[in-house]
Amino acid sequence: MKRFLGFVKKEFLHIFRDFRTLIIIFLIPAAEILLFGFIVTTDLRNANIGILDLSHDEITRQLSDKICSSGFFIKSEDLLNYSEIDRELRKNKIKAVVIFENGFGRKLISEGKAVMNIIADGSEPNMASLVTNYITAITADFNSGLIQKPGSGNILVRSEVRMFYNPSLKGHFMFVPGVITIIMTLVCALMTSITITREKEYGTMEVLLVSPLKPVQIIVGKVIPYFILSIADAILILILSWFVFGLPVKGSIILLLAELMLYILMSLSVGIMISTVSKTMQQAIFITLVGLLLPTILLSGFIFPLENMPLGYEWFSMLFPPRYFITVIKNIMIKGTGLLYVWKETLILIFFTAVSIWFSIRNFRIRLN
Amino acid sequence: MTRNTVISVKNLVKKFGSFTANDNLNFEVFEGEIFGFLGANGAGKTTALRILSGLSSPTSGEVIVAGYNARKDPEKIKKNIGYMCQKFSLYNDLTTRENITLYGGIYGMPKALIKKRTEDLFERLSFHEYSDRLISSLPLGLKQKLAFSVAVLHEPRIVFLDEPTGGVDPITRRQFWEMIYETADRGITVFVTTHYMDEAEYCDRVSIMSEGKIVALNSPAELKRLYNAESVEEVFVKIARPAGTKTLSPEVKSENN
Amino acid sequence: MRTILYLIRKEFLQIFRDRFIGKAIFGVPIVQMLLLVPAVTFEIKNVKLCIIDRDMTTESRELVSRLEGSTFFKVRFSTFSEPEGNDLLHRGKCDMILQIPSGFGKEQGLAQPGKIFVSINAINAVNAQLSLAYLTGVIRDYNLKVLTDNTDPGFLQLPPQIEVTNRYWYNELLNYKFYMLPGVLGILILAIGFVLAGLNLVKEKESGTIEQINVTPVKKYQFITAKMVPFLIIGLVDLSIGLIIGRLAFGIPFEGSIALLFLCSAIFMTALLGLALLISTFSGTQQQYMFSAFLFIIVFVLMSGVFTPADSMPVWAQKINLINPAAYIMRINRMVMLKGSTFHDLGRDIISLTMVAIVFTTLAVNRYRKTA
Repeated sequence: MKRFLGFVKKEFLHIFRDFRTLIIIFLIPAAEILLFGFIVTTDLRNANIGILDLSHDEITRQLSDKICSSGFFIKSEDLLNYSEIDRELRKNKIKAVVIFENGFGRKLISEGKAVMNIIADGSEPNMASLVTNYITAITADFNSGLIQKPGSGNILVRSEVRMFYNPSLKGHFMFVPGVITIIMTLVCALMTSITITREKEYGTMEVLLVSPLKPVQIIVGKVIPYFILSIADAILILILSWFVFGLPVKGSIILLLAELMLYILMSLSVGIMISTVSKTMQQAIFITLVGLLLPTILLSGFIFPLENMPLGYEWFSMLFPPRYFITVIKNIMIKGTGLLYVWKETLILIFFTAVSIWFSIRNFRIRLN
Repeated sequence: MTRNTVISVKNLVKKFGSFTANDNLNFEVFEGEIFGFLGANGAGKTTALRILSGLSSPTSGEVIVAGYNARKDPEKIKKNIGYMCQKFSLYNDLTTRENITLYGGIYGMPKALIKKRTEDLFERLSFHEYSDRLISSLPLGLKQKLAFSVAVLHEPRIVFLDEPTGGVDPITRRQFWEMIYETADRGITVFVTTHYMDEAEYCDRVSIMSEGKIVALNSPAELKRLYNAESVEEVFVKIARPAGTKTLSPEVKSENN
Repeated sequence: MRTILYLIRKEFLQIFRDRFIGKAIFGVPIVQMLLLVPAVTFEIKNVKLCIIDRDMTTESRELVSRLEGSTFFKVRFSTFSEPEGNDLLHRGKCDMILQIPSGFGKEQGLAQPGKIFVSINAINAVNAQLSLAYLTGVIRDYNLKVLTDNTDPGFLQLPPQIEVTNRYWYNELLNYKFYMLPGVLGILILAIGFVLAGLNLVKEKESGTIEQINVTPVKKYQFITAKMVPFLIIGLVDLSIGLIIGRLAFGIPFEGSIALLFLCSAIFMTALLGLALLISTFSGTQQQYMFSAFLFIIVFVLMSGVFTPADSMPVWAQKINLINPAAYIMRINRMVMLKGSTFHDLGRDIISLTMVAIVFTTLAVNRYRKTA
């Protein structure tokens, strides 16, 4: 045991000697949190649009002012004719064009109906549908302003809305759990897969293996420092998100930390598993980073909701543990629910951890023989 | 025989922070000779060698190699020298032939010449069975011979060898020294560091370094006469004992690794 | 020039000598593109609804059936208990609770409008807003229908209405695959180039082979160029594979000039590899390089606008994107592939991306030291 502790201490010192890597390990989550706090958003904000007004009357002016003063849109171009639409959209200068037909105001008054056309840039479908929806909503609002005062009798249903968990509709309620998950998945897996393959690549593993330490002790000894480091990393994210976004942990902090430890353990074991199948650090890094980056972002429900995935993908994404952890974090941090609500996910994560450890040990044995 | 100077070192000092690795070195090396650079581990041999071959800049002093100043024109020096690292540094994931071709190409040798020299080399070293094997699979002795052959492939004026026989068996060491002689016979100056004192006997002249200084420089015979010793080893023990018996400071160790 | 060719040959030999890497640089993009491109969509449908109808009148049923009829909503639960509804929301079984209090039907037509209560899970703010907008739309239609039904057409003069029609250009049906493929392809090319090129240089340092190179008269630019060219070529091959997959597997249209796309990608790769090698000159070990590179990859990718709209970012952040090669290529890929943008349309982007490439590469060459 004493020998083992000595080994762990040595590994610790080894990590702390590379001060720069240590800094970066803490810089990664900090940068991401700030990125999502202040920069990246899925909202619509200040989108540039063009207006092709073929009517130039009082009503079109009012409506385009209303659209452009909503805060969602900026009028960047006044187009003169249809041929300019493609030109401007192709240059990526604007996201959409609002077209008022010829004689718009006159038709609206005399015929009670006029047509406004939106052409949106479908190459960014999400943006396109947001822009279209928002402009349509603003126009609908404008429509109801047109109703000449028949009293409230015309409005039959009024809805009273409560936005649960996130009343001010902030984007980071979605992102913080995602950021924690992505960082913990990739950084942890990278850490263990690199250290262990490094020993293999430089032949120092053989030296360790002939030492009196058991192989399991070697692996565990290498993982412990990273385990502690990752927990510190996770706590940093929680503190940052509290200070930067005022996002508190609604549920039990103890439970949250326990779940974090479980997930860190899982990711570290995935890293070990990767190291048992790679011969060089380059391979290990390639598998971890190139192999896991996109699936982790795309199949975790971090940016793209899983419910909307096509048939079959909901099953496919079940093979990727990040989604369960995101659910766990969302529940504990934001909804404030307890273990009762996340026991299923927790069990699945335990299962994934067990599988990767079992797989690692098996591969390791094969290699030793 | 007129003796052309190919390396001239005046007041060379190299410091790493507060540690002085080379403390005011002065010496000359003549064309075609085998110059032995002796010293205990950490005496500063490798540091000096790296400066001479343009891999490192001197802190002060004047170093002229093959007619070029090591501070101003290290790249021109590199055209005229060959170099064999202490640590084996050919590409382990390339075959023997691929390594040779690469370095031939880097030194701008014409394709036909590379091909011819490669075949000669395989012939001379009876290397054929290894020609298309990955270097990592070669035995250590062969690796060292190959590294040396690659270092002189382009017929440089000077070749620097940093502890070329470290860890190889006595027979291979002997063969290795035969290769060194052949090379010197072709007019290539050989600058070799070693801590095998018996190897020093094969050199035309040797210098002995201790704690960053050159403490002796002469032909082996002359050294033995001066110090009244049976072998260079005895000479070395007499002069360099202090450095040899002292435990090395960590800085010195890492510098040599 | 000949020297560079020898060095490039060496790099290729080494890359493909590692059988795993040799296969993975093409295999991973193929698999990930085939699997991930169709997976992702922002499109919201099947918002899970829980109805608490305490009114149970024709009017309330009419509203519920309208909600059931829309593809956007899916009524999953019906209950009379509010706590039960809240629990369902808590457990994530439903996304929205619609509560119709008793008296809803009766009150209609009186001076007071009928009230309904809506609770939405708003952790995903964008989804919540969109769901609400859809609900409001359904209610508005319901309103109008009741109004026209209940009133003598001659009596009530319908208010003037602006009718909104819309079209999506370049991607008529808002097919998300068209959007995802250029993005996913860009990220894969970025990650592969960034990881391999940088590691390659650091590995030479770590194993000491760079010493033997440094002692030769190889010029710094030759060495750096030789480190870049193979990965540039691999990147372009991956791009071609990606385009073929896009065409054959997903039927993605290709509107613009292929030559233009390859030109831009080559400039992008140069910028990217220049940066990777620059970072690697600062790193002593592969581990150090990897974590530094990971930091850059994650920041570059998330800021590039590949999954989130780059134009919604604050102006100062968009300025930072001027040195982010990923931001250029995501935009350019989509513009050329889907919109058929021409060299003229992309002029400014191409010029500034070229400058970024020159700066990064020059810095990498300068930072690389042959003599310590």
